[in-house]
Amino acid sequence: MTELTELEHDLLARIDAVENEAALEDVRVAALGKKGAVSERMKTLGKMSADERKQMGPALNGLKARITEAIEARKATLAAAALDARLASEKVDITLPARTSPKGKIHPVSQVTEEVVAIFSAMGFDVAEGPDIEDDFHNFTALNFPADHPARDMHDTFFFEPKEDGERMLLRTHTSPVQIRTMKTQAPPIRIIIPGRTYRCDSDQTHTPMFHQVEGLVIDKETNMGHLKGTLEAFCKAFFEVDSVKTRFRPHFFPFTEPSAEMDIGYERVGKEIRIGQGADWMEILGCGMVHPNVLENCGLDPDEFQGFAFGMGIDRLAMLKYGIPDLRDFFAADARWLEHYGFDPLDQPSLATGLSR
Amino acid sequence: MKFTLSWLKEHLESDASLDDIVAAMVSVGLEVEEVENPAERLAAFTIGEVLEANKHPDADKLKVCRVATKDGEMQIVCGAPNARKGIKIAYAPVGAYVPGIDVTLKKAKIRGVESFGMMCSAREMELGDDHDGIIEVPAAAAIGDPVAGWLGVNDPVIDFEVTPNRPDTNGINGVARDLAAAGLGKLITPQPQPVKGAFPCAQKIGLRFSEQTQGACPAFTGRIIKGVQNGPSPQWLQDKLRAIGLRPINALVDITNYMSYDRARPLHVYDADKLKGEIHARLGECGEAFLALDGKEYAIDETMTVIADDNGVLGLGGVMGGESTGCTPETTRVFIECACFDPLRTAKTGRKTGINSDARYRFERGVDPAFVMPGLEMATRLVMDMCGGVPSEAGLAGNIPQADHVVLFPPSEVARLTGMEVSPQDCERILTALGFAVAKSDPWQVTAPSWRPDIGGKADLVEEIARIIGFEHLPTQMLPQRAAVEMPKLTLSQDRRRLARRALAAHGLHEVVTWSFMDARAAALFCPQAQQGGEDWLKAQGLILANPISSDLAAMRPSILPNLTAALQRNADHGRNDLALFEVAPIYRGDAPDAQTNVAAGARRSNPPRHWQGMATPADAFVAKTDALVALEAAGAPLASLQASNDAPPWYHPGRAGVLRLGPKVLAHFGELHPGVLKAMDIDGPVHGFEVFLDAIPTPKKKPTKTRPALNASELLALTRDFAFVVDEDVAAAVLLKAVQGAEKKLITGVRLFDVYRGKGVDDGKKSLAVEVTIQPQDKTLTDEEIEVIAAKVVAQATKATGGVLRT
Repeated sequence: MTELTELEHDLLARIDAVENEAALEDVRVAALGKKGAVSERMKTLGKMSADERKQMGPALNGLKARITEAIEARKATLAAAALDARLASEKVDITLPARTSPKGKIHPVSQVTEEVVAIFSAMGFDVAEGPDIEDDFHNFTALNFPADHPARDMHDTFFFEPKEDGERMLLRTHTSPVQIRTMKTQAPPIRIIIPGRTYRCDSDQTHTPMFHQVEGLVIDKETNMGHLKGTLEAFCKAFFEVDSVKTRFRPHFFPFTEPSAEMDIGYERVGKEIRIGQGADWMEILGCGMVHPNVLENCGLDPDEFQGFAFGMGIDRLAMLKYGIPDLRDFFAADARWLEHYGFDPLDQPSLATGLSR
Repeated sequence: MKFTLSWLKEHLESDASLDDIVAAMVSVGLEVEEVENPAERLAAFTIGEVLEANKHPDADKLKVCRVATKDGEMQIVCGAPNARKGIKIAYAPVGAYVPGIDVTLKKAKIRGVESFGMMCSAREMELGDDHDGIIEVPAAAAIGDPVAGWLGVNDPVIDFEVTPNRPDTNGINGVARDLAAAGLGKLITPQPQPVKGAFPCAQKIGLRFSEQTQGACPAFTGRIIKGVQNGPSPQWLQDKLRAIGLRPINALVDITNYMSYDRARPLHVYDADKLKGEIHARLGECGEAFLALDGKEYAIDETMTVIADDNGVLGLGGVMGGESTGCTPETTRVFIECACFDPLRTAKTGRKTGINSDARYRFERGVDPAFVMPGLEMATRLVMDMCGGVPSEAGLAGNIPQADHVVLFPPSEVARLTGMEVSPQDCERILTALGFAVAKSDPWQVTAPSWRPDIGGKADLVEEIARIIGFEHLPTQMLPQRAAVEMPKLTLSQDRRRLARRALAAHGLHEVVTWSFMDARAAALFCPQAQQGGEDWLKAQGLILANPISSDLAAMRPSILPNLTAALQRNADHGRNDLALFEVAPIYRGDAPDAQTNVAAGARRSNPPRHWQGMATPADAFVAKTDALVALEAAGAPLASLQASNDAPPWYHPGRAGVLRLGPKVLAHFGELHPGVLKAMDIDGPVHGFEVFLDAIPTPKKKPTKTRPALNASELLALTRDFAFVVDEDVAAAVLLKAVQGAEKKLITGVRLFDVYRGKGVDDGKKSLAVEVTIQPQDKTLTDEEIEVIAAKVVAQATKATGGVLRT
């Protein structure tokens, strides 16, 4: 027995002493391999007497189990140590800059158009569109601009070269021709907004030859100027994301509406910022009115039966006011610095549920 | 249109303050643009008195004055000949800004003598052209008083926008009428009293029009006044005109200007001795010309109304008179013309000649025809008052048009259109105050006054009533809800543009918005017939503007790429040479509505920044292809069905660009832009771009539900096998991929091309394409034999399709 005890002591000491898994394997083979010390002794059991075997059997099996366990334990310890050593050698300077994925921005005109669409769609407006190259009928005549009337001069119109039949196409000066296209093809009730590109032959600090408008049109049998006022006030509040907006409607003249009005909103200047909604100053932001009976008639609608309002405003200007963008001309310059500063994250899809903007 | 407060009060008896008047104007629709009180501009100038004026010791023309001022006794050096002891003058202290010479005064030393401030001339205070001496103020003025009150300039000037529908407000009386109706006071415009002619009008007046064209000038009245003496107009009139920015000329001219502003009634006064034969209105003849009062010669054509006599054209009716018959200080016999001219013809003539006169402005908007005779009488009286003389009887050719227009008007229209409840009494009161005649039948018959050509129907009367009541009384109402929850609003096209835009931005490109028009030369390089001279195509399609803002913005764009590449160049010019831009917007292939299509286009100029882990790959045709696919996928194109081919249009590199098609439909172009095209536009290359034709993507079939097909995820492990084929250089990889994919349609679920090799082991003119094929067993594990069969099929199909051989 003492011999077995010695063997056990010896093996356990050797297991404890090994420094790596290879040396541990050597010890395992030396003890438990086919010709290992423990295995050799196990082989002798067959030649033993029953009594001897009764005594030595359990002793040897116990020894084998304890050595196996010791080896496994040592193996786990060595593996843990080896992993620690590897991890220790694998350290990087995590302050090194990682690669960045390029980030694109959405142009303010697109963003604000989608904001406007989000608000008006919640009020039941569809979104209509029409061509930029228009004819005289849709851009002027049907909208009650008499031929050669000075009102046409107010629109510095881009014309194309006359065609053989004398017709002269033009770039639409407003989104209003889409009113005509809609009313001629769709029966009331109509509730649409019309965003799009518009053009006037004008270029200075505050005018660009191309700009963006959004037009609104409601045609049914009962809509009046009170609805116009309510709709636009609700829009302004939602768009500028303020609790209340002070508005003022002033009579004005547009050939295609009667009565016609311009809407001002209250604002104040705080430092360099413009705060929309309150304050003693007024800023004109849109033109509007009740659709002129002649326009309704030009679209085949009886003005004694149908009525409604129309309005139009500048999308670029709305963007400038809301986001404090100083210069209209920069909108079309495609300067990366401007786009990165005033542009929007593509994930910021305007929605009334999340708030229009961050 | 400008007027002064005091001038308004000649028409409006009112105690209202300036602020109230301005607020009321805004409220009734006369949009005030500016209110300027010259007294405020002259606040720094006060009355002083010259106590002593001695000759300057070192300058003959200068005087050294002692002046009593609000600041005490000051020494001022002055060069004015009229600077002398005892006069009251306009004193500007050190620190004051003198507008006429644009100088802020400082203490000065003039030829060795100190001078504190200035005594000012009219010109220095911008009160006129007079610079012969300093202004002398009446002796009654107290030292230290503001000079403005003593110079008659303490009169606010109101500038407002006259809308095209309100020609009556081109006269101050028209403004007063609106304000009176709005309750600001009483309209007191005096009615001109007829003048009895002392002798028959010797000057013959004629209208020489055909029946078709007589509307050009339906009525022409006039009269002779003899024995007039033309000179400067009286001070009150000069002051009035100057206050609103007009330059006094002489009494006769000033009278016509006065009537233009006081009553919106343009007139013309001729030197009657310079007229020969009958003065008449007629249409012009081609080849005629005349020298206008502005000193310029204008060509006449047959569309213009001219005033002529036996000598030829004297003036353009309703636009501008001529030099030859103008009044001078020597004029003693005048002929006053007061006529009606057709607004449209006047507008056309004005536009053709480019003449912007007060007369044109008024006639093209409409001048009150009923005021033709009263206007002549009023002008006659003014001439007699200022220039003396004896008038003839008035002559008239033609007939004064009857402008009274009756509108059938149920007062309930006000509530129908505005939502405002206005009592019939208030409606009647307002209409009457504005000059309408109301007959209260059912419906009302409302006669519009002759000065309101804009009134056509019921809605116009609603506006009249509503604007006088004030839009602040409009109710606030909400449109009725159409649905408990609104349905989606965007059309397929709108939604595709939104998705393409957001996908491209998320993919790292910046969105831009650029002009729809561009340089015709650049456009010509990017249009369908670029190689056959694109400019002809642009013209034929009607895409060239007749009046562009500048020559480099003259053609509607057939592609967005030229704008994007130009933008890349501009950015590169200030140091951003690694940039990707895109735009989702229209292009134009013709002038019909359906020739405008929506495109998502982008361009990259690629100089990837260095990075410690190694530089990113610079852009190439395949980066542009990815960009195109990103947009296509977002917009809902079936990517798996697209075919690529290398027949991109001529603005692309012939070898490094392609087209993505769905059947015959072109959905996109992509690749490197043609170096020659870039060079022609002065753009440094390389630039890689793409154009996705969003409208060409087929409309997806509408599905009855949103349900998706069940997921078929196999329990069995997929396996992969690699194959390499040596094929001819011109074999397209897509052909190989398609053949391999088709070899065993059910089991081959993926084919990935992972290597393109040329060089050792591969003959010249050949290339090796290596693919990894994924085989997905369906219901049972595949045996080695079965896998071998599949592999053999792959090789057979690939060889058949490409003529290549398996590389071993």
